[in-house]
Amino acid sequence: MTVLEVLTYPDARLKRVADPVERFDAALRGFVADLVRTMAAGPAAVGIAAPQVGRLQRLVIVDVSTRPRAAGHGRLVLINPEITAWEGHAVGREGCLSVPDYTGNVIRAECIRLSARDEHGGSVDYEMEGFEARVVQHEMDHLDGLLFLDRLVSRRSDLFARRDRGKGS
Amino acid sequence: MRDWHMLTLVGVDRPGIVARVTDTLYRVGCNLGEASMLRLGGNFTISMMVEHAGGAHSLAERLEPVARALDLHLHVDPIRGALHRHVVPDVRVRVHGADRPGIVARVTGALAEAGLDITDLESDVAGTGERPVYVLQIEGVAQRGIDSLRAALERLGDGVETSLEPVDTVLG
Repeated sequence: MTVLEVLTYPDARLKRVADPVERFDAALRGFVADLVRTMAAGPAAVGIAAPQVGRLQRLVIVDVSTRPRAAGHGRLVLINPEITAWEGHAVGREGCLSVPDYTGNVIRAECIRLSARDEHGGSVDYEMEGFEARVVQHEMDHLDGLLFLDRLVSRRSDLFARRDRGKGS
Repeated sequence: MRDWHMLTLVGVDRPGIVARVTDTLYRVGCNLGEASMLRLGGNFTISMMVEHAGGAHSLAERLEPVARALDLHLHVDPIRGALHRHVVPDVRVRVHGADRPGIVARVTGALAEAGLDITDLESDVAGTGERPVYVLQIEGVAQRGIDSLRAALERLGDGVETSLEPVDTVLG
């Protein structure tokens, strides 16, 4: 297993759209292991996406189990992930391994339903909310060449209004 | 050698101030760092880190014509400090209620005693002239934990609505 180099903005590769994974083979699983190792090697990351190490494939890893307040599903390997349902919106603070020394507020869906493949090609489905849902949305943005910088909202955003909007609608 | 300075400008707000000031700074060879502009009570206010060789006096001199043209109060101080010193807050506190004297001092005093290091504070008066409503948003680092802050807010008692939540920052 290898710790891979994490690209940092403004590396142009972070702004490209990644391709779907087609081969679920040993090479892919080796890459997943490297990505897990890379995520663990740096600061206390809760997710990483393949494009962050220069591999333009639709693959992310999410693991919020290190955050005591965050309910989650443990370590998730999500390949070709698709969000199939959203509900609610909330403002939350985000930073990124690829954008050192900056955090800012971003609006994300509060609850999501998600379909993906695991590293063996099997179908997986999840429902998640709160912090874990936010991390998944942050990582999936990397697959479309988007950074949280592209979604920053003003620090003066009205948290009450944002949070209420969309609930039950 | 280039040193950091804190430049503050205050005056009646009008369109184009930031553009004209930053253009002047660029033309005299300054480098910009972190900055925060706010409109407070119809006034333009900005604080900005400016890197400049030649000292505070020379920087103020170079900016004086544009400040005079825009009718802005200008202030320049040499500062200790540098970029890349961000502190990530771990708690957010909201306070609101009928506006009355001393509310900020009471709330921030209680929070400071309970271990809050404020990184960002915004206070505003909403409502109407007859019925002003006070709104305060604070972010900071709970140096002695969030429970300590929660207890401090509870001790504030009636008349002030407060809420507090941990800020969990994504790193991914």
